[in-house]
Amino acid sequence: MKPDRALVLHLGVLAALLAVHFAAPAYHHTNIARIMVLAIYAMGYNIAFGYTGLLSLGHALFFGAGLYGAGLLVYHAGAGAAEAMVAGLVAGGAVALAVGLLALRTSGVAFMIVTLMFAQAGYLTVLYFGAWTRGDEGIVILQAARSIGPLDLSDDGTRYLVALALFATALLVNLALVRSPFGRVMVAMRENEERSRMLGFNPFTVKLGALTISGLYAGLAGAAYGLMFGYVGASLASVQYSILPLLYVLLGGAGTVLGPFLGALLMFYLIDYASAVTDAHQFVTGAALVLLILFAPKGILGTLRAKGVKWLP
Amino acid sequence: MTNKLLTPNPSRRSVLKGVAAGGALLATGMTPRFVQAQSSAPIKLGFQLHRTGIGASYGRWYERTATAALKVLNDAGGINGRPVEIVFEDDGTDPKRGAEVVEKLTSQANCDLIFGTLFSHVVMGSAPRAGELKVPYLVCSEGHHVASGALNRWTLQPGITDVKSQVQSMAPWVTQMLGKKVTMVFPDYAFGHDHRDFFTAAVAAQGGEVIKHVAVPPTETSFTRYFPQIPSDTEVLYHVMVGPAVLTFVKELGEFYGSGARPQIFGFIDSLEAVNIASPGLEFLEGTHFWEGHPRYKQADASEAETAYRAAVGVDDTGASVSDPADIATYAHMFSVWETLFAIKDAMQAAGYQGPDDRQKVVEAMEAMTGFDEGNEHPQGPKVFNGKTHQAFGLQSISRVEGGKLVRVHQTAMEDGFYPDEVDYTTQSF
Repeated sequence: MKPDRALVLHLGVLAALLAVHFAAPAYHHTNIARIMVLAIYAMGYNIAFGYTGLLSLGHALFFGAGLYGAGLLVYHAGAGAAEAMVAGLVAGGAVALAVGLLALRTSGVAFMIVTLMFAQAGYLTVLYFGAWTRGDEGIVILQAARSIGPLDLSDDGTRYLVALALFATALLVNLALVRSPFGRVMVAMRENEERSRMLGFNPFTVKLGALTISGLYAGLAGAAYGLMFGYVGASLASVQYSILPLLYVLLGGAGTVLGPFLGALLMFYLIDYASAVTDAHQFVTGAALVLLILFAPKGILGTLRAKGVKWLP
Repeated sequence: MTNKLLTPNPSRRSVLKGVAAGGALLATGMTPRFVQAQSSAPIKLGFQLHRTGIGASYGRWYERTATAALKVLNDAGGINGRPVEIVFEDDGTDPKRGAEVVEKLTSQANCDLIFGTLFSHVVMGSAPRAGELKVPYLVCSEGHHVASGALNRWTLQPGITDVKSQVQSMAPWVTQMLGKKVTMVFPDYAFGHDHRDFFTAAVAAQGGEVIKHVAVPPTETSFTRYFPQIPSDTEVLYHVMVGPAVLTFVKELGEFYGSGARPQIFGFIDSLEAVNIASPGLEFLEGTHFWEGHPRYKQADASEAETAYRAAVGVDDTGASVSDPADIATYAHMFSVWETLFAIKDAMQAAGYQGPDDRQKVVEAMEAMTGFDEGNEHPQGPKVFNGKTHQAFGLQSISRVEGGKLVRVHQTAMEDGFYPDEVDYTTQSF
């Protein structure tokens, strides 16, 4: 029987990340944990954008829903981190579903603008209810409240392994999704919505499903970020956090399962190293993206797939 | 007792530490030379700097102040006889990046402690990581977040009074000298809400009343439409604004009142930090009052320490850079960087600091402090330090714009800024 190359590759990446846990210096160890959480967010973004063709500029709303869905529950209601994580996941999905019901009546540029506006409304809502959210300043989730059962999420080792577990689950679900019949319909919507409709698929339902799954990923990532790193603040729900997953996906390769992780990893270290060299690190990042769009518009893994690694999901 | 519940990989850190320690021993031939090298090696202090982002105008001067203070410190022998280095790292005035910078300065640059952060959201985003890394994190933020108990035992604010204390100490003079019916204009986010809540309560305690709160959304770049909300029977207009639009805010306030009757105007200098008071359109500020943490214009009774501080940082008597009169300092706040560095020196010396293993001793030494005397190390004035709340208290100035200059007309008493403790960090575990 022929080995499933794609599955082997993805399991290999997960194994490598487990090895990183034992080998990486402290600084990079925490960074990779952070990157894995952000990659979950980017994977969710990729399901909507890379696979279904929904260019959203409002995903910070879903990330923020998860962040605040979890954070406020812990901070004000004294909920446990496990319940909060589930609440964040559900909040991200529910908000995406609600937004999708309205925003998916539009498409193209209008969809971008509507999602951007929803996200801005969400960001301003966080500021408006400053008495609960402490607005821009945000709230700190105390160390004692950041435990799931016996797992203390403020501990470096535990945090890494929990991040890896969440990332692995998200990655394998993503892989299964894009290889499933529904995943193929998502791609069909991206490639030719009218033809898909002719074949009997309801574009609205498919896109709503994809956007909701995307919201679940974003919500989980938001909740995980708040609980693992102890901070819930409005800047994490700002427009910048709608753009970041787009950049991660573009860099790594839209419509590839590993692209979001690769993009998040490279972007993080690009900013990290550039800021050590120059104050104009944002210029460096921008220039890198311009070069990418000019010479490898499909992103790194997208280009690899186009150049011959056609089995890359 | 520790609140660590379970570490599923007890071997990871110990393995890494073992490898590192083994390598170090091999490299040094297991001789006492290693101990000697450590004790004479420079102390590295990490500085979380707002070099870019919304805090950049402050960050530029915070860096200059820290660099000047470092020279004075090293010229006087450093800390425990060891030279001191500062590693600056830009956080983009962003809380997520702030936490990463704390990580970088601690784990990669091997800094002994971290200081210098101004913006409250960066402090809030970074303090949890400092607590996890068990590295002293000394902020220059003036936020109430430290004294409110929201943070952790590793976070302290020894160099600047918090906003609750500042605001509270202003209220008696404002209500007695300017009027009792106050309208407040403030940014509609946490920093502004602190002003709103603390000053409203303080005015009420003085028998006055805040008759209107005008909250301005942080995304606003034009303010004209907010000013008609100011009630006509307002006796005192209290304003505070931060960010890149402060000059627009103040100019539009002047345009709103024109040459007609206006209430007394009392502002926090935050509305004018890094802005030249002689800018066109700001003439209406003549006769208005400002809170200043540290008077921008050199006062007639300035101390020798104050004069030396200005010269060291490169600020002239008007609060501008000596090399560029158009470059106005963030003078009301940046003293906190200078004073925090010398508070660090005192704490490290009291703790007999040798290396990262003594970080906890530094926090405990600082908690044991009760204050700092005015002098070259504390040019803004004396400080009372509350070891339980990790918060310093100092004297505040109220200045009046006279002939285009800010002239101090009142200085608060230390007691004006005291309030009951809201936390006792010394009861928390490390």
